[in-house]
Order: sequence, then structure tokens, then C-alpha cells
Amino acid sequence: MSRKLVIDPVTRIEGHGKVTVQLDENNRVTDARLHVVEFRGFEEFVHGHPFWEAPMLLQRICGICFVSHHLCGAKALDDIIGAGYASGVEMLPTPEKLRRLGHYGQQLQSHTTAYFYLIVPEMLFGMDAPPEKRNVLGLVEANPELVKRVVALRKWGQEVIKTVFGKRMHGIASVPGGVNKRLDARERDRLLKGEPGLLSVDQVIEHALEGVRLFHNFHEKHRREVDSFAKVPALNMSLVDEQGNVDYYHGRIRIVDGNRDTVAEFDYHDYLEHFAEATEEWSYMKFPYLRSLGREAGALRVGPLGRVNVTRSYGDNAPLAQAELERFHDYTGGKANDMILHTNWARAIEILHSAELIRELLEDPDLLEGPLVIEPGEAAWTGEGVGVVEAPRGTLLHHYRADAQGAITFANLVVATTQNNAVMNRTVRSVAEAYLGGRAEITEGMMNAIEVGIRAYDPCLSCATHAMGQMPLQVTVQDAEGRVLDERLR
Amino acid sequence: MKPKNPREIASHELPATPLDAATRAAREEKIQVAMIALCGCWGCTLSFLDMDENLLRLLEKVNITRSSLTDIKRIPHRCAIGFVEGGVANDENIETLEHFRENCDILISVGACAVWGGVPAMRNMVPLEDCFREAYLEVPTTEPRAPKRIPWHPDIPIITDRVYPCHEVVKMDYFIPGCPPDGEAIFKVLDDLVNGREVDLPTQINRYD
Ligand code: SF4
Repeated sequence: MSRKLVIDPVTRIEGHGKVTVQLDENNRVTDARLHVVEFRGFEEFVHGHPFWEAPMLLQRICGICFVSHHLCGAKALDDIIGAGYASGVEMLPTPEKLRRLGHYGQQLQSHTTAYFYLIVPEMLFGMDAPPEKRNVLGLVEANPELVKRVVALRKWGQEVIKTVFGKRMHGIASVPGGVNKRLDARERDRLLKGEPGLLSVDQVIEHALEGVRLFHNFHEKHRREVDSFAKVPALNMSLVDEQGNVDYYHGRIRIVDGNRDTVAEFDYHDYLEHFAEATEEWSYMKFPYLRSLGREAGALRVGPLGRVNVTRSYGDNAPLAQAELERFHDYTGGKANDMILHTNWARAIEILHSAELIRELLEDPDLLEGPLVIEPGEAAWTGEGVGVVEAPRGTLLHHYRADAQGAITFANLVVATTQNNAVMNRTVRSVAEAYLGGRAEITEGMMNAIEVGIRAYDPCLSCATHAMGQMPLQVTVQDAEGRVLDERLR
Repeated sequence: MKPKNPREIASHELPATPLDAATRAAREEKIQVAMIALCGCWGCTLSFLDMDENLLRLLEKVNITRSSLTDIKRIPHRCAIGFVEGGVANDENIETLEHFRENCDILISVGACAVWGGVPAMRNMVPLEDCFREAYLEVPTTEPRAPKRIPWHPDIPIITDRVYPCHEVVKMDYFIPGCPPDGEAIFKVLDDLVNGREVDLPTQINRYD
């Protein structure tokens, strides 16, 4: 008899997801899907609100990468008032560095939460450990000292965010053209040197290194299982600087193939020319892809694994992370790495990279002095802006338009987890075939293997369900051969 | 409630490795807490982690059963406290909230979304049909000849016409405002309940933003 297996809800991820797997009478997998089971509607209901509210409202999409949404919105606002990259204006050093500081703080916090609280339990206890054990409670019972260090690490990341944005979550520091506050020396020193109950940045780097070692220990013990778990080839996407190195705050979008050769590179303001999206009836989350390659070949991977596959190096300001990155690149002989569980390795490296970037910034005097905002004057108003940042889960985009009174008339968001939709579904299928295919007896642990594959992406399904008007209306006129005669954007 | 498809087998009903007896007994002695995020941003759940070191203090007295932080997918036995983030935005949220009401002595609405619907309730100003049309039909079709569809499938929930606060669906016993409430505020309420004190949220940690 055919069977349908269900995981409802997928746990140890952010937001609401469900998995269904269809097995036929011979226990062959005939279908396997990740469903996103939530629909919100942010883009529609911000219409009519003052443009400067957008980053404050839209960061409420997500409780783990709110800083990314906030900054993406802020970059779009910079454009709108004519103080942004679209007008060829460079952000002033003080606000740019403060925004970066908050952004790296969030990457550290977000990856720490995902890696240590959600993923490490599996690495320590195994995929088929008791469900009651493979979580943070099990960690506390098995290794309370580790949990204390993890709590301290996450706390420090949140304190970096609070110092810059005024609150640990959903803060308010960015304004169109800059930020509203500098750091003072006491705030800076507290993060740099620590205080009772708060780590110093050097201790943070130590803890981050421990995270990387944890992966290596696990990898050494289970090399075959980890490397063959699920291999999902896909294009990889990230923002990069002029050297082709990842830049989490600003850059050009670069997409590389399995040989890490660039297949597309563009200014993110032109995203509509490059991305397309498809919809399926069985999920509220859409399926974006690179338009030029079509839905199958144009599926993109974003996030830690995508970024480490794209970046040439980390430059010379993060030597510890750079050494790890080289080890990572060497492991696949310079080719793109498509082993899904190595995403967790990449995530651990990025915790370390963020910590090193924060240390460098905290030593920069620009955080304490210098002008905070660009005020370009009313004549510079453009009424339209696009912001892109590398959020912890990958490339995030906000696009707004506002009328002459400053009311929002259009908002469009393309979030990282949505970009990963196609590759996550391929991963679910691949793990389902490997762990369930051909088996009459199925256990809870086998089903958890599918969740392990999903967790590697650290998907934020809260982010992915804001969807409401993702791509603006586009009309294409084609001739009988399918040649595009005319295209118009609304 | 939607009838269950008899051919469907849920992962949490399959044979699983059992927890060892000693750990199980130790956990059973504690106060049982279940947690859920309905239509929220997961921020209130993470604000729970923002209690930092107090988390370890709390876990000495408390066991967490169903939660998005564990892999326990249904409330396994009666719980003293249910922690609810988010409002109600689809039929599964209603089912889940009722499951929490039936199985928890005390239910707490944590954060603006649970308390009054929060930012997601801003969609109540727009008819749902318009939302769907805008999202899935009048979209561009970047795939010029692909069929245009609105997601609608037995495997995904039905979206409610409005976003509701939890207390409009079931009785809620306590409310912690804030978007999100600080970890300190969440700890204070839970610590009061766990220690049998009257819940008292001092104004200096009670916030509404
Ligand atoms: S109240 Fe705020 S922080 Fe909590 S779930 Fe809602 S939007 Fe997120």
C-alpha cells in the first residue's frame, strides 16, 4: 500500500514548515516536499505609511534577522532621499561603520542561535537520538559548561546589537541617510574589554573558534556520513566587493557555478532583470530562479554555503577565519562545495569571521566621532530605492517606492530563505530517497534526517511568508516563437 | 478541525529512541512548560533566550515539552504553563491554540502579536482576496507561460480572513506586552509563576515597543 509520511511541524527552525513524503507500494519515494504553511502580507499593508516607517515595520517579519531587514530598508531609504548608492552617493564613514557593526553583531548572534541551540545537539547526540534529548535541554544535561559559553556568546552578540540600535530586537537606529547615534567610549570599551557578566571580544573569538573545532571533531568521527549525506549542486550567490570577497553589507551580486566560475554579476538595483519566480499550489513560499537559466538550472543557493563558495578570500583583516576558509576551499579542491551538512561548517566559520570583523571595527575611531547623516536636500529626492545585504541566511532585498508626500506606494521583498526554496526541496527529496526509499519500517529518527537536511539551511520560514506582491507586475509581449518583443514593468 | 487522512503517518507517531529512565524521571519532577509560535516573527521565542544566564536557572525548575526549540511535536502530557507567541492567522493556528488550551493550566500571551495581533494584524485593513490576488495572480509573470495559481492544497492551512489576538480564540490567563518583551520581563513572569508568587511585572521592565 502506498503511504504518506508527514513531519508537522518541522522543528528547530524559525517559522512554520511541514514536510510530506509519498512512498508507493514498493516503498519508492514518488514525491517529497517542504511546504511553507504560513502567509502574512507585509508588502501590501505598508502601503500608505510614511516611507521612513518601512524599516521599523518590515523588520517585524523576522525575530532573528531583524537587523538585516532594518538595514536593507535603510539602504532603500538612502536611495529614496537621494543619499544612496543609486544616486552615486557613498555613505559617510561613521554611519556606515555603525551599521556594519550592528550587522556583524547580528550575524554572530543569529548564527550562534542556529548553530549551537538548534544544530549542535544533532552533532553531539546523533540524528536518531531521543527527540526529547536532541535539543538545548539535552545539551544542558550533557554539557552545562558548553551551554554557559554559548549563552555568553549569544548575549554578547545581542549586546552589540543593543549598543548600536538601542534594543536587542527591533531597534530604531537607522534613519534615511545615516544613523541617529554614535557609540561613546564607554560603550565601545565594554564590548572590547568585557565586564562582569559580559565577554571581551577576545573571549568571543575563543568561543567562536570552539564552534569551528566542534564541527571538525564531529566531521572526523563521521566523515563518510557527513560528506555523503546530501549533495545538492546549485548556483551560489553572494554580495561581493571589488576583489570578489564577500561583503555582508554592500557590494555587487555575484553568482558562481560548480567550478566557482562567475555566471552572472550585476548591480542589485537591476535585480528585476535577473530574477524570476514560480508558484506551486502546495506552498505559500515562491520559487525564485535566475531568469537567464530557467527554473531548473537557475536555482540559487544563498547563505553560509553559498557565500563561502562565492568568496575568493576574507582579505587580510580576519586571519583566523581566513585560515579556516582556506581549509574549507581546499577540502573540495577549489570547486564549489555542495555537501549540505558542510553548511554548518561554513556557518561556524562565519561566526568567527563576524567576531574578527567586529574586533577590527571596535578599534576604529570613526565609531565615536564624525557626522551621522547625509542631508541631500529636497531636490535630490528620487522616490525609489533598493537595498540588499547579506543576511545570515543569504542575500536579502528590499525595494520601495514612495510618492511626493513620502507615502509608500510599493514595497517588494525577496528574502534569503525564499531564494533557497528550490535547493531545500531538492535536499528534502535527496535525503528522503537515501533514508526512507526501499524501507518498509520507518522510524522517527529516519524522518529526523530530513529535518537535519532542512536545518542545515537554517531556514527562516517567518521571513519567507511575508509574501504579498513579490515581483511587480510585468507584462511581456512575445511573438509566436517565444521571442520577447516588449517588456514593461509596472 | 480538518479530518485526518488515514493514510498519513506523522513522524511523531513513529517508533523513536526512548529517553533513558533517569533523565525522564528527573524531567518529570519539574514544572512542565509548552511553547508555541503562531503568527509572529519568532522574536518573542528568541526573547525567551534573551534571559541569558537566567535560562539555566529557570531550566533547573522547568522542563520544556513541545516547543520549536525541541523536537517534541505535540504536548505529551498535562503542562502547567503554555507560552504563546503570535496571533491567529490560519486554521492550524486555531487548532494548535485549542490544543494548548486543553493541555495547559495557564496560558500566557507573549508579545504584541499574541496580545492584540501585532504588526501582522495590519493586514486586517486589506481584504484577503486582494492580498492573494496581489501576491500570486497579478504578479508578473516572470515565467511568461507558466500557469498562474494561488496556493490551495490539502497540505497547507487555510488562511483566516483576519489576524486575531489569542484571547479572541481561547481564554488567555496572562499577557506580556512588548515587541518583543525583554528577556528579563519574560523571565520575571515565568519565575513568579514557577515559584508560586503573584505575577508582578515592574514598570521598568514592562515595555510596549
Ligand atoms: S510581538 Fe514583535 S517580536 Fe513578538 S512575534 Fe510579534 S513581531 Fe515578533
